[in-house]
Amino acid sequence: MIAGALAFGFAAFGLALALNLWRLFRGPGVADRILALDTMVINVIGLIVLAGIESGSGTSFEAALLLAMVGFVGTVAYAKFLLRGDIIE
Amino acid sequence: MSGGTSFAEMLVAALIVLGGSFALVGSWGLVRLPSLMERLHGPTKASTLGLGAILVASIAWFHLVRGTWTTHELLVSVFLFMTAPISANMIAKVHLHRLRQGEPSEPAGPAGAPAPPPGGADWATHEAPHEGTPGDFEGD
Repeated sequence: MIAGALAFGFAAFGLALALNLWRLFRGPGVADRILALDTMVINVIGLIVLAGIESGSGTSFEAALLLAMVGFVGTVAYAKFLLRGDIIE
Repeated sequence: MSGGTSFAEMLVAALIVLGGSFALVGSWGLVRLPSLMERLHGPTKASTLGLGAILVASIAWFHLVRGTWTTHELLVSVFLFMTAPISANMIAKVHLHRLRQGEPSEPAGPAGAPAPPPGGADWATHEAPHEGTPGDFEGD
């Protein structure tokens, strides 16, 4: 039962990533692309957590936590650069 | 396998399916909705909620397998639930900023560009600090 649910979860997150890629390439605005990248980070964290459940090892959660932090900092840096023309003033 | 274990497995499986569905709906909204301000709703709410369900499933699964409670997932979900609104706010600010600059690549939604605030003021992103705003150190 878990295996079937995991397969569904992997498929759902993979399809979600493909949809995000479509929005990333399509745009039309820069804000859309930042939003698509932010959503891709969220979906990749989901994939990492699912892989952690499947492998049964707890080591992947550091990767998930790091990705959550780096994704947030990246989004804020993109937005800051567009808003102020500089990241750290 | 006892009845309790299979119930726990069912719970984990249901949470994984729920989380995957929510993440998919959020990303589908990102593709399908017509303007950026509407598109912000999909990832910020549905995808974050879906990831929350996956993390709860992971906590339950590791409790089931090892009999110990892990807190890593809780850390990830707390961090994510704190930062999702902030990044959405920043993206909305970028959108408003570029609308104000008249960027042709940044189309306004069906409701049109938001009207400037009354009284000759500008949006808070662009106004210099003056009396009554947090950046006004003399008035603090």
